[in-house]
Amino acid sequence: MEENDSNQIIITVTGKDKVGIVSAVSNCLAQNKVNIEDIKQTIMQDNFVMIMLCNVEKMTVSFKEFKDNLLKLTDELGMEIWVQKKDIFDKMHTI
Amino acid sequence: MSDFNQKQILETIKMIKIHHLDIRTTTLSLSLRDCATGDTKKTAAKIYDKIIKYAKNFVSLADEIENEYSIPIVNKRIALTPISLIGESCDNCDYVYLAKTIDRAACEVGVDFVGGFSALVDKGFTNGDLRFFEQIPEALAVTQKLCSSVNLGTSKAGVNMDGVLKTADVIKKTALLTKDFDSIGAAKFVCFCNAVTDNPFMAGAFCGVNEAECALNIGVSGPGVVSSAIYDLPKEADFGEVSNLIKKMAFKITIAGELIGRKLAKKINIPFGVIDLSLAPTPLRGDSVAEIFKAMGLEQAGAHGTTMALAMLNDAVKKGGIMASSYVGGLSGAFIPVSEDAGMIEAAEIGSLTIDKLEAMTSVCSVGLDMIAIPGDTPNSTIAGMIADEMAIGMINKKTTAVRIVPVIGKEVGDKAEFGGLLGYAPIMKVNPYSSLDFVKRGGRVPAPIHSMNN
Repeated sequence: MEENDSNQIIITVTGKDKVGIVSAVSNCLAQNKVNIEDIKQTIMQDNFVMIMLCNVEKMTVSFKEFKDNLLKLTDELGMEIWVQKKDIFDKMHTI
Repeated sequence: MSDFNQKQILETIKMIKIHHLDIRTTTLSLSLRDCATGDTKKTAAKIYDKIIKYAKNFVSLADEIENEYSIPIVNKRIALTPISLIGESCDNCDYVYLAKTIDRAACEVGVDFVGGFSALVDKGFTNGDLRFFEQIPEALAVTQKLCSSVNLGTSKAGVNMDGVLKTADVIKKTALLTKDFDSIGAAKFVCFCNAVTDNPFMAGAFCGVNEAECALNIGVSGPGVVSSAIYDLPKEADFGEVSNLIKKMAFKITIAGELIGRKLAKKINIPFGVIDLSLAPTPLRGDSVAEIFKAMGLEQAGAHGTTMALAMLNDAVKKGGIMASSYVGGLSGAFIPVSEDAGMIEAAEIGSLTIDKLEAMTSVCSVGLDMIAIPGDTPNSTIAGMIADEMAIGMINKKTTAVRIVPVIGKEVGDKAEFGGLLGYAPIMKVNPYSSLDFVKRGGRVPAPIHSMNN
């Protein structure tokens, strides 16, 4: 269970809404063989917010390489992207 | 668990991005007890090899973890067994040579600081300790990353007043030797009462003689997280509510730190030690303990009520931290360094915060008089008097207290000292002009206090 959990990551994308955000991000994930398990997206105070739960178990590159690849989209899309292992959120917000 | 909560994720990101939640330090505690050989050069070689062996991948693995969680790990440090104990076996030990070797090893493995150039003299000096004290100023002047500390008193043994006077000399000499850089050497030296053996913070980190071979100790910080949460409370929220909120924030910060610490310890393959949750500020706007006082309703740090605000803050931080981790370090609470906190600097500059008020605050904060710049011509005996006062607070109240003051050579009240980086800058603060000389030169040891009949 724990091993499985540590393969889960959260990708948070925020910024001004535009065409092609989901496509660009999921394309990058597919290229690195990162699986999407869940997606939630909303508009908060005029900002597009997308949070993806992904699994990196079958990822073909190192975590750093994958993250660098994904963060390249930051400038391209004009969005802010955060990539973090999921267990930190589980720990911080549950007793 | 495949579920996730959007609000919690965004809250965490906000804590990191806007309120400067960070892992202030990961400190590798390393015992050098097996490095005493009887010969300075051989001892130095053994120390060097041991640091390289244990810490060679430390920084890169910490960077890896930082990347995985996107929480900044600001400093990577090493804490060693007090060098006075290790060097003592050597004939005419050259402690400066040991200091240089340790500094070289620290540079080689890429850590930010290395602590443990230390001595424990709360009950008295050995011949080795005396020799060690003489060499501290030069050791600090010729090294970059080395930090030094001495323990001058405990609640069980009393306070070594000869040590207090010698320490004042060490501070002044160190300041003189580094006068071209605003006496920064003195910022790398601290003296304690009731020193903690698993402290991850500098300048006072060392690996106590009772500690294991090695361990990873974590220091987390995030005063900005606490102040912003208090600002979000209604102004009429009572102290019970404020305290509860601080506990909740402390819990979140501590548990994040513990997670990161345990992951890193596993990667380096050493045991996890303690997590020290200290609201340690940085000169960045918003990353300030003084800001918490303002959020609580005080116009400035130093205003009447500040001691109570700090007492409540310190206590609530400890309570929240203890709930989050079974191994919370002895210094958890709030630090009140002046030069490292934009809000404290401002309060000192406008005269709201004085050394006397800071001293009162240290009776309830987690450490003591910290990063305070004083005039360079302050007499050694006055510095010794300041140290003695601080040791008294620690000894009587059974808490850790410390003094890290910098007599900035060539500067006086009204000037500023620039230390740079995390150490920040500080206005030179006024000290009491009346003499302590005849008092401090009595020497000897202040007897241990009685531990009953408290009032």
